[in-house]
Amino acid sequence: MALILIIFLVLLLVLVLMFIGIYNSLVKLRNRVKNAWSQIDVQLKRRYDLIPNLVETAKGYLKHEREVLENVTKARTQAIQADKGVAEQAKAENFLTQTLRSLFAVVENYPDLKANQNMLALQEELTSTENKISFARQHYNDSVMVFNTKIEMFPSNMVASMLNFKQQEFFEVESEEEKKPVNVKF
Amino acid sequence: MSKNIDMWALIEKNKRNTFILITVFIVFMAALGYIFGYVYGNGYYGLAIGFTVALVTGIAVYYGGGSVVLGISGAKKIDKKDSPQLFNVVEEMAVASGLPMPEIYIIYDTAPNAFATGRNPAHAKIAVTLGLLQKLNRDELQGVVAHEMSHVKNYDILYATLVGVLVGSVALLCDFFLRYTFFSGGRRSRRDSKGGGGAQAVLMIIAIVLAVLAPIFAKLLQLAVSRQREYLADATGVQLTRNPLALAGALEKISGDTEVLEAANRATQHLYIVNPIKSFEARAKTTSLFSTHPPIQERISILKALAHQQ
Repeated sequence: MALILIIFLVLLLVLVLMFIGIYNSLVKLRNRVKNAWSQIDVQLKRRYDLIPNLVETAKGYLKHEREVLENVTKARTQAIQADKGVAEQAKAENFLTQTLRSLFAVVENYPDLKANQNMLALQEELTSTENKISFARQHYNDSVMVFNTKIEMFPSNMVASMLNFKQQEFFEVESEEEKKPVNVKF
Repeated sequence: MSKNIDMWALIEKNKRNTFILITVFIVFMAALGYIFGYVYGNGYYGLAIGFTVALVTGIAVYYGGGSVVLGISGAKKIDKKDSPQLFNVVEEMAVASGLPMPEIYIIYDTAPNAFATGRNPAHAKIAVTLGLLQKLNRDELQGVVAHEMSHVKNYDILYATLVGVLVGSVALLCDFFLRYTFFSGGRRSRRDSKGGGGAQAVLMIIAIVLAVLAPIFAKLLQLAVSRQREYLADATGVQLTRNPLALAGALEKISGDTEVLEAANRATQHLYIVNPIKSFEARAKTTSLFSTHPPIQERISILKALAHQQ
């Protein structure tokens, strides 16, 4: 009788330990997803910070292309203000990326500006920031995939449904245009 | 998912190998201490000293091994202002892999190459040569850094660094003792045979022990330069950049370069993305023990095949 009780207690202990282990790894993975999402915001913010410098540097050279610069500034303001939903945010960011592209296309026609040290440094920073934005999104999606797989697989799916862990959404690229790799030409 | 499982298995394997390495090292030092102690009076006294020395060395190498490797490679730490592009590229790969930003070092040598070291992702260090910055374009540089970040992620850096410092120093000790015993040692003993009988016997025993242990150390070095490790770092790196051709191009440029990397040696060669000691096999007698370094052409063709799949 005592033996059966001991076996029962040991089994119970093993189950409790497994439960704790699975719960902890689910929490860890969910936090990783959250952190990956906030990384995207960090990089987007970095891009907002770079743009005023860029406009300031280009202004002196692009006297006849004021419209392009104004578009960039406008798109930046829109992107900062658009925090109502993921879809609207993505649209505003897309618009900003496009205006930046057309600005760099215009810069091509101004050799003096292209050779400006400040401009070169800013272009490297913006290229890198664009890269970081897309890498941060890629990492977010990778993290979501790992988390979602864990939630669906046995036995972690039981713990997940018991404690209400929900599937996380992937970051979807909106337009065909956005699916192409971001490429700032110099 | 299979790639992820491979990765976790590799991380486990690296941690296990690290444990074995440190155990072998401690046993080796304790045995050495015992032999010395036995001759000079008390074997257990020597054993205790050998054990303590090994433990202290092990801890010191665990925490400081990365700095030692960087030091003997002549690498200097840099800030963003020293090389903004390199800094940005490393930051991009840190974002892509979700790892903390590693420290960046430059080796002022015109031969292109790179390696990563440190004990874990939070204390990782990536070193590239000046030649790498001069000869590779931005995408290729990104490919190389992604490969190094993969070594960081897989804990290759811990094992490779420990192997380099521990096995490297023991290998040097082996060389020294073997030469001393069989050449100068033998001659000297004949001249002043008065004090020497016991000491001479000890040196012979040590020589034999070292001769027995040498293949084990060679095996540990071999594990550090296994094909699997490099292939996986290539594959994981490409997962980060999604640009296999850039890494293939980088490997072509690095392996095709004829300059010699002065700073690399026997203890650090296995850390580099492409073995910097190109004529190593021709020069060393222990060739077969090191011949598992993955052939660069095979790595390049695998990467090109990956590009066609996409």
